[in-house]
Amino acid sequence: MGSLKPADGHASETGFFVTQVDWVVNWGRKNSLWPMPLGLSCCGIELMAMIGPKFDIARFGAEAARFSPRQCDLMVVAGTLTWKMAEAARLIYDQMPDPKWVIAMGVCSSSGGMYDSYSVVQGVDMILPVDLYVPGCPPRPDAVIDAILKLQKKIEREKPFQLLLDGDVVGEYDSGTKRFLRAPNHGVPTTGSHEVLPPTKPGRGRS
Amino acid sequence: MSTLERVVEALAGISHTVQKPRDGAVAIEIEASVVPQALAALRDRAGFDTNVFVTAIDRYPAEPRFTVCYSFLSTAHNDRVRVQARIPGEKPHIATITHLWPGTAYSERECYDMFGIVFDGHTGLKRLLMPQGYDHHPLRKDFPHQGIEPDRLYREWDQRRRDRSPLRSESEA
Ligand code: SF4
Repeated sequence: MGSLKPADGHASETGFFVTQVDWVVNWGRKNSLWPMPLGLSCCGIELMAMIGPKFDIARFGAEAARFSPRQCDLMVVAGTLTWKMAEAARLIYDQMPDPKWVIAMGVCSSSGGMYDSYSVVQGVDMILPVDLYVPGCPPRPDAVIDAILKLQKKIEREKPFQLLLDGDVVGEYDSGTKRFLRAPNHGVPTTGSHEVLPPTKPGRGRS
Repeated sequence: MSTLERVVEALAGISHTVQKPRDGAVAIEIEASVVPQALAALRDRAGFDTNVFVTAIDRYPAEPRFTVCYSFLSTAHNDRVRVQARIPGEKPHIATITHLWPGTAYSERECYDMFGIVFDGHTGLKRLLMPQGYDHHPLRKDFPHQGIEPDRLYREWDQRRRDRSPLRSESEA
């Protein structure tokens, strides 16, 4: 087990006890990410390789890929998302229970990639709040594993207990560019002014 | 008897032009109005029992704008024929051949989806690849490749969903 000491500044804000609850909850969450494999095209093959025995994402506790969104908390958008598929992807995201995170795997899902075209969503951040973008066409499984490790770092900084007290925070959405600027931070402190979408229901799921 | 001779013999009495395409294929051009008769003759008299595809060429801005292309395969003779018919760009339509080759239903739907060519007599002519309700026909030459409001259908669906859901507040974009 790592250090149980509260991070600087947290103890004064939330009290020692709350900080420890956050730490335990985050520790559990980050080591049991269950991916929702949204394998849409070629990147999906690389995603399968990552889950398989050679790269073995089980080493990081994220091997339990479930095909029901109700059991997942990490959506990996692996491949080219078309506008026709976008409705399904958004529905799947909404069906996932909170807390949930999104990895945009490959340039197609990050930005549309080489498909600068009428049928392809130019970046899944147009419809979903994305936590991590993984470049590559396709990214190597190691790159996605690296993304999962970075996501674990991100989860470490979240303050779920504080969130329970404050109500939920929804990702920041820019209606001008029609893009999500920032994923839901699950209580991560932010700087600067930003438009945070209003809570849907205090302390509960977003959808 | 060569493929071309067989085709010409089968089309006796139906006006057609023999083309000499650079790829050496057997290709003929017919009037759009005689498509069902001519293709039925090819099937019954020349043995072209399989339709390979139905598609179109957009020659925008030339008129007649669209060329509908059919490709047929004869499994008995192991040869192919290409048939073309030109139709104007204003309200393009042509007779269906699904009663001759039922499998062309999908090709014709795709052709309708991509070029907006209506196949008269097709009993399920709706879009095949683009979502239903999409406004445009993307393979037309005057369609920009980045699309015209490609996200419109998704945004409308999203809005309807938000309107229904009691958990979503109005100010959420
Ligand atoms: S990023 Fe490359 S490998 Fe991945 S889905 Fe797109 S085209 Fe395929």
